[in-house]
Amino acid sequence: MNNIRRIAGAIWILLGIAAAYFLIVEQAIPLFAKGDMESLVPAIIYTFILSPIITGGMCVFGLYALQNEYEL
Amino acid sequence: MVWSDFLQFYCLKISKNNEIISNLDFHVLVIGIVGLRHGFQPMNTTMLQHEKSESFDGNKLRKVIAASSVGTLIEWYDFYIFGSLSVIIATKFFPSDNPTAAFLSTLATFAAGFVVRPFGALFFGRLGDLLGRKYTFLVTLLIMGFSTFAIGLIPSYSSIGFLAPILVLTLRLLQGLALGGEYGGAATYVAEHAEPNKRGLRTAWIQTTASLGLFISLLVILATKKSMSLEAFNDWGWRIPFLISIVMVGISYFIRKNMDESPLFAQAKQEGKIVANPLKESFGKKLNFKFVLLALFGATMGQGVVWYTGQFYALSFLQKVANIEFEQSNYIIAISLAAGTGFFIFFGWLSDKIGRKGIMLAGMLIAICTYRPIYQAMYELADVNLKTEKANSRQVQTDYHMIDGTVTLSKVTRTIYSYTDGTQLLEEKTEKVSHLPSIQREKAVLKKTVHVGQHAFWMLILLVFIQVLYVTMVYGPIAAFLVEMFPTAIRYTSMSLPYHIGNGIFGGLLPAVATYLAAKANTANEVAAAAGQSLPYAKPYLEGLWYPIIIGGVCFVIGLLYINGKDREIND
Repeated sequence: MNNIRRIAGAIWILLGIAAAYFLIVEQAIPLFAKGDMESLVPAIIYTFILSPIITGGMCVFGLYALQNEYEL
Repeated sequence: MVWSDFLQFYCLKISKNNEIISNLDFHVLVIGIVGLRHGFQPMNTTMLQHEKSESFDGNKLRKVIAASSVGTLIEWYDFYIFGSLSVIIATKFFPSDNPTAAFLSTLATFAAGFVVRPFGALFFGRLGDLLGRKYTFLVTLLIMGFSTFAIGLIPSYSSIGFLAPILVLTLRLLQGLALGGEYGGAATYVAEHAEPNKRGLRTAWIQTTASLGLFISLLVILATKKSMSLEAFNDWGWRIPFLISIVMVGISYFIRKNMDESPLFAQAKQEGKIVANPLKESFGKKLNFKFVLLALFGATMGQGVVWYTGQFYALSFLQKVANIEFEQSNYIIAISLAAGTGFFIFFGWLSDKIGRKGIMLAGMLIAICTYRPIYQAMYELADVNLKTEKANSRQVQTDYHMIDGTVTLSKVTRTIYSYTDGTQLLEEKTEKVSHLPSIQREKAVLKKTVHVGQHAFWMLILLVFIQVLYVTMVYGPIAAFLVEMFPTAIRYTSMSLPYHIGNGIFGGLLPAVATYLAAKANTANEVAAAAGQSLPYAKPYLEGLWYPIIIGGVCFVIGLLYINGKDREIND
């Protein structure tokens, strides 16, 4: 079971990268492209606040899992 | 020691306190008597007193729970009335024809949930771990109460111009900050007072407050609306829910002010176990940070989306997708919440018996497996295409209004359709009528409002109630679960952040992402229809649910794989 926990770490890292793609490419860039002030706020929040938290958090979690930090 | 000594001790104790024997005393007395009958030696007076001081005073615990829960409930109430009255607030403070005001409005919506709440968790969490739980959550209560009251006093944009939206934005951010600091303090405070084997039950009272806060905010808004004309409510009546908050906050402040500091924090302070930098300790050390991440991705992330789906997305779906009228949809949510709230306590209690992990993960799994059929049923209950229209019941009314400053008339055609199950559909078609050809070409605006019949109304309550049940499963035990993950010295900081990221960010993203997914499906269908191809999405209105399903699914797997559901010790 600890092996599964460890290997799954790679999946969490990939999911973190996928989340960044979704937040930046699918959400933020179209909003930046609109150019109006109203769209700018969510675009900035997606890029500079949500992406680092979600992607960074998920990747670090995956890394810890790969390092066997969550062994039970 | 003989029988008489033993009973004398209790009689003295009862007369000294001049109050009725407490449940705990009674249990000890009964156990003592039973023990004597079976030949055991009773404890001496010193031992009993020690036992008493070590044990948990029922009355004090009730006060602790009441003081914490009432304050947290008021904070949720304050936070929700802004959201529930957002349409009126927008017209008063953020006129849509002014781009700067619209920008400030977007900032108020996004920043309060996504940025300020987690920041409040860090800021007040640190204070709570340095100065104590009691003073910190007194401060959050006062900030929230002051901000809410002040919003009710701000003159509108038409009176003071840009100062109005700037003040509202500032106060909304303060609300987010206070909310970020409140929950962790209340949950930690109750958990650190509670008996180890009843921590889930005791903290479950804190968990009821978010739903009750929403419930009370809906009731206060509906009651205020009922008590006056729609014009009066839109003009000044909307301020009442904000203003009455100060009375509730005042009462709660005085209750909290007289409480003692949490015993575990007081003990840690006495023993010099308070850390100098809780933020560094929580997030700078792998040993603690890995549990912060586990709490986020294995519990609060899934809990956040289940909670937002059951309480907020359900309301939004009823109003915007099923087109159910404002008042009826709010009644559906309010009744479901009232019926479901007791289950927070039940699942909190059950988590003390069978463990927290199993209940939370079961709630998540059932939720993600059943969301689509539930929302499909909700949609069908309000879908007039599936109903039979009553013969000769259609009512049509047409009004014309001159649009100010133009030679154009606004033609409003209202058609009421009645159906055999008691459902009524109001179709309001607004179009501009003018001799100018450019205006005549404009597309008419069609607005549909459904008032469902009795059967559909109660079925919708049942379907939302089921979702509230899921919320109670994932949310009821979570305070105890989070508290048990971290040591006293960094508990407030460490549990607050994953909670507010899970709920504020993952839960808060739900409306935006769900709307994006549904809009994408609708656009794809429109493109396919225009090209004469078959539609790629049979049910585009259900596409938004993929967000809670995917996030909940990932959280379920992480929780299942990595969470150790056995460790429940918090007294480090």
